[in-house]
Amino acid sequence: MTQATNSVFTPFNRLGKVSIAFIGELGAIAIFFIHAFCLIFSLPLQVSKTIEQVFFIGAKSTLIILLVGLFTGMVLGLQGYYTLVKFGSEGVLGAVVALSLIRELGPVMTALMIIARAGSSMAAEIGIMRISEQIDALETMDINPIRFLVSPRIVASIISFPLLTSIFNVIGIAGGYLSGVCLLGINSGIYLNRIEPNVAMQDVKGCFIKAFVFGIIVSTICCYQGYFTNMRPGGFGAKGVSLATTSAVVLSCVLVLVVDYVLTSFLL
Amino acid sequence: MTVPLIELKNVTKRFGERTVLDRVNLTILEGDITTIIGKSGGGKSVLLKHIIGLLKPDEGEILINGKHLKDMTRNERTLFKRQASYMFQNNALFDSLTVFENIALPLREKTRLREDAIKSKVLAKIDQMELSEVAYKYPSQISGGMQKRVALARALVTEPKIILFDEPTTGLDPLRKNAVLGLIAHHQKKIGFTAVLVSHDIPDVFFISNRVAIIDSCRIPFQGTPIELEQSENPVVQEFIKGQTNLKDELTGLNTRQDVKDMLIQEMDRVNRLQESFPVIIFTIDNLEQINKHVGYIAAQQIVQCLGTLLKDHFDSAGTSARYSQNEILMVLPHTDPKEAKQVLDELAIDLQKQEIFKAKSYPKACFSFSILAGLAEAGPGMDLDSLIGQALSHQKIIAHLECIKHGGTA
Repeated sequence: MTQATNSVFTPFNRLGKVSIAFIGELGAIAIFFIHAFCLIFSLPLQVSKTIEQVFFIGAKSTLIILLVGLFTGMVLGLQGYYTLVKFGSEGVLGAVVALSLIRELGPVMTALMIIARAGSSMAAEIGIMRISEQIDALETMDINPIRFLVSPRIVASIISFPLLTSIFNVIGIAGGYLSGVCLLGINSGIYLNRIEPNVAMQDVKGCFIKAFVFGIIVSTICCYQGYFTNMRPGGFGAKGVSLATTSAVVLSCVLVLVVDYVLTSFLL
Repeated sequence: MTVPLIELKNVTKRFGERTVLDRVNLTILEGDITTIIGKSGGGKSVLLKHIIGLLKPDEGEILINGKHLKDMTRNERTLFKRQASYMFQNNALFDSLTVFENIALPLREKTRLREDAIKSKVLAKIDQMELSEVAYKYPSQISGGMQKRVALARALVTEPKIILFDEPTTGLDPLRKNAVLGLIAHHQKKIGFTAVLVSHDIPDVFFISNRVAIIDSCRIPFQGTPIELEQSENPVVQEFIKGQTNLKDELTGLNTRQDVKDMLIQEMDRVNRLQESFPVIIFTIDNLEQINKHVGYIAAQQIVQCLGTLLKDHFDSAGTSARYSQNEILMVLPHTDPKEAKQVLDELAIDLQKQEIFKAKSYPKACFSFSILAGLAEAGPGMDLDSLIGQALSHQKIIAHLECIKHGGTA
């Protein structure tokens, strides 16, 4: 009887445990972020370290963002044209491309690309510093490791994400122009003129809010996963770092998409 | 009585089920070099990490200048940390910073020195550690020994009052090892810091230490001055001091004298009860001391090692052999027929004479005549240990011999 009861309850027990662990982890990440965020303002400000990180997260990601933005815009132009032409409204292609990019694709795709490029490396770098006792070394020197390693990355992400998203949007619209106007023959004036009246300031603001939030989420999760590599069950040394990097990327991607939905529902 | 700078009282630390420190007591006095020795994995690094505050004890307390670490205010703790510096066992260098930046980091982050002052200080330290050629290289581009020196430079550059060294000489060549120990002693005299050192370099490290603590089986069974250590009759202390002899026995595959003595007593007891007998053989390598002195330590060691290996091959698991004294090996063969033992001994003698160690060409520079003697005695009821060994010694005959034409020349 007890066994039968156990076998009925085991899946629920597991579900409960996993849920509690997940919520606990989210709480820990939130505390980690608040701690790191408060330390951004502790004196002396870490200007040079932040600039270095802006260079790494932002400047070095520009090329990949340009490339992905261009092709996303082009494919949007292509798909949009063949869908709109069925209804005879291919003239609104410019507005369709611009709105899709500014409202959704720009911030989300930029965040995903930066997770792949900079987020994974943040987790791996901090993870390696953890397992090789470099973080302990900072502590023994009375240097706060969160202030030293995490705070500049969060500031750099807050600066870089909106900028890269803007670049993505602009190049995406240009990509749409390329496929819609240059390849498929829509009138150039119509493509551009339809953008201006259809894109409201609200859309641009929403885009920046999303980019700002994604910047915080990505940098916090990636740094958190690396920082606590040693606490991860079942993964020690290099394997621990690899698991930390994987979960940093997976968790960031999932949270970006979940938060995107939540934010969109508030912003619309 | 002066208040110790750091005092650990009944500190216990567990990692899951495993206890690493069990009610450890340790006193560190200001201005002293305290060395902690112990087996690898014995909790030495864990002990150091408790002092610097990287780990917190599960039980017990840590007192800094008589004040509990946990009762200290944040400012007091920060002040203590700023006065202390830690050299990690695996160096913990920042691998994305150059050697120069690594050493400069604590100065840049924690002092208000101008960049040129930092530069001159760091360069002086780099020069002192003979690292000038690699100053702008990354830690992964330099050798392990150099990395150790960079870590040492980083620990010393802030001129702290307390430095904790976790195996500062491991992985260094003998010359550099002494140089590093000398450097620590020299700096300590000059700056007057308190040092806590974890090391395996027995006895070299004792020469620079004021106090020594031994950590064994999660506890500290001894702490005192190096002279007190040397004169201590505590068996754990003796084991550490004679660690080198023990290592030799590990290499020769022979048991310790105590092991074979215990076994012999046990067997004699059995013999007395059951009215049986068993053989013991004592082997003597004559001239071993002379070989050690004139030919070399390695040659002498190889002779013992060769005999030990052959004994194992011939007698297999039938007997237990042990280093009875510097040049004597005692073999106890319980449950063996004396005649059979005699036969195996004869075979051993033939095999032994064929070994490289009995060929004069193995010693091209200096050769010394030597023999291996073996004596068999039968342990019967009512015999005592000394008379048994005496009997075996009196029965000794040469079983293998190397003759050199003249001492110091080749045959």
